[in-house]
Amino acid sequence: MSEIEQLDVQSDTQEMVAFRIGEQEYCMDIMSVREIRGWTPATPLPHSPTYVRGVINLRGAVLPIVDLSGRLGYEPVEPSARHVIIVAQTVNQVVGLLVDEVSDILTLLEENLQPTPDVASEQAKEFVRGVVAIEDRMIQLVELDRVLPPLEVAAA
Amino acid sequence: MDAMAEIRETFFLECDDLLEALEADLNTMNDGEGDDETVNAVFRAVHSIKGGAGAFALEDLVRFAHKFETTLDEVRAGRLEPTPDVMGVFLRCGDILADLVHAARDETDVDNAVVDGLLAELEELCNAGGAAAPAEPEPKGADDEAPADDLGFQPISLDFGDDDDADSGATTFRIEFKAEKTLYAHGNETALLFRALNDLGAPEISCNTDNLPALDEIDPEGAYLDWTIRLETDQGEEAIREVFEFVEGNCTLTITEETSESSSSETPPDGGEADEMGFTPIAFDAEISLGDEPAVAEAEDSPAPTSTDPAPTPTPAVESKKPTTEKRAEKKQAASPAKATVRVDLDRVDRLINLVGELVINQAMLSQSAQESGAAAHSGVADGLEEFKQLTREIQESVMAIRAQPVKPLFQRMSRIVREAASATGKSVRLKTEGESAEVDKTVIERLSDPLTHMIRNAVDHGLETPEKREAAGKENEGTVRLSAAHRAGRVVIEVADDGAGINRERVKQIAIDKELIPADAELSDSEIDNLLFMPGFSTASSVSDLSGRGVGMDVVKRSIQALGGRISIASEPGKGSTFTISLPLTLAVLDGMVIRVADQTLVVPLNDIVETLKPSADDMHEICGDSPVIFVRDRFVPLVDVGHALGYRDRLENCLGKVIILIESEDGTLTALVVDNIQDQRQVVIKGLEDNYGYVPGVAAATILGDGRIALILDPDSLLSTAIAAPPPIQASLAAAGGAYV
Repeated sequence: MSEIEQLDVQSDTQEMVAFRIGEQEYCMDIMSVREIRGWTPATPLPHSPTYVRGVINLRGAVLPIVDLSGRLGYEPVEPSARHVIIVAQTVNQVVGLLVDEVSDILTLLEENLQPTPDVASEQAKEFVRGVVAIEDRMIQLVELDRVLPPLEVAAA
Repeated sequence: MDAMAEIRETFFLECDDLLEALEADLNTMNDGEGDDETVNAVFRAVHSIKGGAGAFALEDLVRFAHKFETTLDEVRAGRLEPTPDVMGVFLRCGDILADLVHAARDETDVDNAVVDGLLAELEELCNAGGAAAPAEPEPKGADDEAPADDLGFQPISLDFGDDDDADSGATTFRIEFKAEKTLYAHGNETALLFRALNDLGAPEISCNTDNLPALDEIDPEGAYLDWTIRLETDQGEEAIREVFEFVEGNCTLTITEETSESSSSETPPDGGEADEMGFTPIAFDAEISLGDEPAVAEAEDSPAPTSTDPAPTPTPAVESKKPTTEKRAEKKQAASPAKATVRVDLDRVDRLINLVGELVINQAMLSQSAQESGAAAHSGVADGLEEFKQLTREIQESVMAIRAQPVKPLFQRMSRIVREAASATGKSVRLKTEGESAEVDKTVIERLSDPLTHMIRNAVDHGLETPEKREAAGKENEGTVRLSAAHRAGRVVIEVADDGAGINRERVKQIAIDKELIPADAELSDSEIDNLLFMPGFSTASSVSDLSGRGVGMDVVKRSIQALGGRISIASEPGKGSTFTISLPLTLAVLDGMVIRVADQTLVVPLNDIVETLKPSADDMHEICGDSPVIFVRDRFVPLVDVGHALGYRDRLENCLGKVIILIESEDGTLTALVVDNIQDQRQVVIKGLEDNYGYVPGVAAATILGDGRIALILDPDSLLSTAIAAPPPIQASLAAAGGAYV
């Protein structure tokens, strides 16, 4: 019985990792998060968009780092030791997201998620799948697959 | 279904091996170097494929393999001479057999007209062979130490009462055989044992069913039958025991010798079961061919080569020794295999290679931190680390060797390409291969197949002249395409050479001008003209032939070779022929590189590309049009490329004094001077692709991890060069793309 209840609970709730970029709070599905690690200097990639900080060595794998602040249209951050990299799995690649800090783990009910308000700019709509209101905070759900430039764009 | 699919997969894997061996042996035969054993090997390969195909009901394949096998049998029997014409048919049969196998595997269709055509040709050969040398009945005794050429599993019955047998001094054995339950449980099959006995002579088998309980009492996994076998053979008891070798301990076996006269009497078995007395002789199974009539047995054993053979059916006496010797030869082979091998899942190997890659990086990190922590140069730590470094490198090389495979199968496939290209163009071509044992990484071999195919076709189609022209030029009628592989300086060099007319430079240049690839007044050196062949959209064939000349030719080849980290170059001498040389890295996983610093970034330049490094002096530096710096080195003006600028790390340098110049040579001999800040080290680095998680970066081939754990980018000098030249003039751009020269 309890097992069934648990399953029910899991089916319409989602665990989210919430993180801060500047004053804004964002979140993403915890299932996409592979690990969270501190900032290490990245090797810059030539001919890459400014929000691609470069690549780091993640236990032998080459991991591109995306400055999420720059990607979402804010000022690019000047990373320091207190910055955090969220290693996330997108559909077919693994990417490190540079954020200010990880703030919370949330349990989110499906009905708490509201569509991105129409006032938002096209860019905001592209990267934000929806917004969540928890207490007084507004948390934006990041559309992870859009964050890294598509491979063919990177190849161009 | 899954288990079946798995077996099926294994069958096709084995087929690939067999086809490979088949092709190799056919080529040996074609070169006139084959002996009897080669013919046998060919026969065995075809036979095994047929056998497997039969199990999977691949009828087309069985039908063709069967005919092929039958014809081969004519050769083995000495009734058909393997003349070049015959070998030509056989080689094409080998090709079609491969096609049929692959069609069966991929469930696609094969051009039936070709298959039927070949079947008809085989038929003709069979008939010709049979008519030319009618079978001579041989006394069976003559095969005491039968030549090993007679191989072929043909369960064919023998006339037991053959008079010849009596003369041969063969002994008759009485074999009492009772299978135990475990025999079946272990997956043995009594019929197979009896069939094996068939190879020794003509067994007379009777089954005793007395112990068989009533149907409702039968244990389906039980063993109730025993057999009494009378076998007349010249092989002795040992040979019989050998047949039962695998079931030893799972059966009751008694072998007694009896004289011909007493053979009909029932000798009580020595240690046999008492209940074996008074058996009722019944025919066991038509398949073990107890019948006296060969035709009956053959008809029942469907894949028997002779059943549909319109050629005179060989007499049983002749046929009879074949199974015997095949068995023997097979045993011989099994006993002394050339090399023991294991089939390993490639994923496992790759995982191991990745781990070793990590180990190499880790070792570098360890060395670096030991150095930084101030360990003395000859302290125990430093010495130990040095040893560790050696070991790591050795482990790495050994692991890489697992992935390395000889180029032989690849080369063999090319002989088919040559045949097909030759027959399509009506030229007579001979393929000579050298250095087939050179080993290269598996992936390199796989990805080399297409470009090499194209090059071989080109060599036959464009390289070689028609027989008439060759004759007119005083050359042999038959053209030669030479395919060779050799290890040279840590790379493998593959050459495709033809002895044709060489590149018609006048024509090549004219075509390039006509196609507006170069300006009409361009002054080009011979090597520059040759390199025009690599330009996209260039095709010398005046008529687009079936084979090559679709205009996507050599530039595609060049790109595929470059994608493998290789280079291709061309040399041609009018009237003597052309040679294409491919140089490839032995492995795609590691690379010897020079570690450099540019604008505070660490980069790796592939060592293979580097000609020399130098410190520039002001006298050697020149400017073209004020913004294209060149350096005078090796009597040439070589363009300077500021790596830091080309990669966007910094603005263009005002002057390169105090910097280091790395002279890079691309595959066509073009020199480029890279300007870097300094050189740090020379070491082996593990290649890490950027494509997986990011994408292609212009000017960068891949990434690697250095001793400090940071990632360094590996430069791709060729692409760096093309990105560095902003808005190049058309001629320069097109030549750069074609691998042309600047100086």
